[in-house]
Amino acid sequence: MGAALRTEYRKVVTTRLWWVLLLVMVLYMAFLSAVMAWAVTQGAGAPAGGPGGPGGAGTGVDAVRSVYTIAVTFGYAFPLVVGTLAVTTEYRHRTITPTLLLEPRRDVVLAAKLAAGGVMGVLFGVVGTVAAAGAGALVLALLGEPTGLDEASTWGVLARSALALAVWAVVGVGLGTVLTNQVAAVVVILAFTQFLEPVLRLVLGLTSWGQDVSRYLPGAAGEAISGGSFYSDAAGVPLLPAWQGLLVLVGYALVLAALGRVTTLRRDVG
Amino acid sequence: MTRAAVAATADARTVRLRHLTKQFGPVRAVDDLTIDVLPGRVTGFLGPNGAGKTTTLRMLLGLVRPTSGTATIGDVPYGRLRRPATVVGAALEASSFHPGRTGLDHLRVYAPQAGVGDARAREVLDLVGLGPAGGRRVGGYSLGMRQRLALATTLLGDPPVLLLDEPSNGLDPEGIAWLRGFLRALAAEGRTVLVSSHVLSEVQQTVDDVVVIARGRLVHASSLDDLARLARPRVRASSPDGARLADLVARSGWTTAGPPARAADGALTVEVHDVPPAVVGAAAFAAGVELHELAGVGAGLEQLFLDLVDRPADVAGGAA
Repeated sequence: MGAALRTEYRKVVTTRLWWVLLLVMVLYMAFLSAVMAWAVTQGAGAPAGGPGGPGGAGTGVDAVRSVYTIAVTFGYAFPLVVGTLAVTTEYRHRTITPTLLLEPRRDVVLAAKLAAGGVMGVLFGVVGTVAAAGAGALVLALLGEPTGLDEASTWGVLARSALALAVWAVVGVGLGTVLTNQVAAVVVILAFTQFLEPVLRLVLGLTSWGQDVSRYLPGAAGEAISGGSFYSDAAGVPLLPAWQGLLVLVGYALVLAALGRVTTLRRDVG
Repeated sequence: MTRAAVAATADARTVRLRHLTKQFGPVRAVDDLTIDVLPGRVTGFLGPNGAGKTTTLRMLLGLVRPTSGTATIGDVPYGRLRRPATVVGAALEASSFHPGRTGLDHLRVYAPQAGVGDARAREVLDLVGLGPAGGRRVGGYSLGMRQRLALATTLLGDPPVLLLDEPSNGLDPEGIAWLRGFLRALAAEGRTVLVSSHVLSEVQQTVDDVVVIARGRLVHASSLDDLARLARPRVRASSPDGARLADLVARSGWTTAGPPARAADGALTVEVHDVPPAVVGAAAFAAGVELHELAGVGAGLEQLFLDLVDRPADVAGGAA
């Protein structure tokens, strides 16, 4: 298992894609967070004018948190893609053959990929969160607003933001084992994260039973881990408690991985 | 005692297929193959494209699940080998590389599972003559270089068994000559070396043993020497007086190989089996038949190979 882990880790770091994606994520998150930080201080950042749901982003610490956790809300596609590609590139370049030659125990291969995905996820989570919180805090400080960084609870939010992003990478590995076609996988990720889930959450947020359902969507579960949330504020839908969000998102990862194990990884490799 | 120990080691290197069968839907890709591949020898695994060579290798390597039968290395199925890279080195296709990775990094990726370090990765790169190209991305490699890198990958764990699928594809003549010497040296060290090819002539100078399959079935297994003995030498004779030559062939009871070639001016060229050129020449001389050509034609090994792989087609009604 140790050798398989090192092999999986080396697979990721010997190609360029991971740092290209990480760089794009940093720039994108820093930009979004800076804009959001400015917006909340102008009082225009109130998509939260919404129907007074709890945690509605008014001002103060809650608003600051939805800025700092912007990576969990808008940036989770990055660790998700990195995790997915760890599997799909193997099929795209047919390196799945040497992979299974050097480790014929397919459970071990899958476990190593999930674990290595988690490690990459921590990297993306920490760096993405630092980028978002750093840019956001900088803008707030420049505007003379409180940054909230002197509160221990804010640091807890940041840590949970990184954790949420790390789990997303593991979800990505699971998704990759189910959907090995790289193009299809990336299209599905973009369609789901950028369009389908946001729309679903807004629409489901209109009814009370819909709210109950929408809290279990993967994006909402991810946000629940970190706490702050742009969408839930916008729709006025409360999130799950952090630990339940973690269980739900880890559940998505495990269900997808199990599905991949009994489909893709059971098949003949030819 | 010593003998027994030696036999035990040798056996651990023997590749053994027993009634190996794979059914893909209606197609029986591999049909009841029973083969032993022995250590210390280079074995040619031959058959036309689509004969089932790659599927057989993939079953042996645990990538494809057999419909029935077993495939083992030293009586252990591949999937149960611990650290398989130290037992079997296998190269199945020259395209199993991430194009963005350097040659050296490709080897470093798999090094932990072969239980070796970066030094060994560099060593095998040098062994296959890729040392200077190790820092370049594989995407820029030629097919021949990819073949060498695939070979280097198989050698990482210094395995006693090597299984190579069409390793000379894409190699230039110089590369093929190099590969020949390389494989011979590996076998001389006591390793089991299996090389698949769809052309006998490509491996003819490399292999000790031949296993020929066609349409998933074993059609021949022997040493190369035994195969060569089966090859029927032919003699080509041509005469401007075609009618008399044809008459001589008929009277002598020689079997012809293929239809005779008749020229417009009445000249005739025939090829006959199982008769030395001297006998044909003497008979023609005695019969007063003027000969313009009299030549022994090769060992006919390639022809024999083609005959072997074609034979089941007659039975199966020419599936190909």
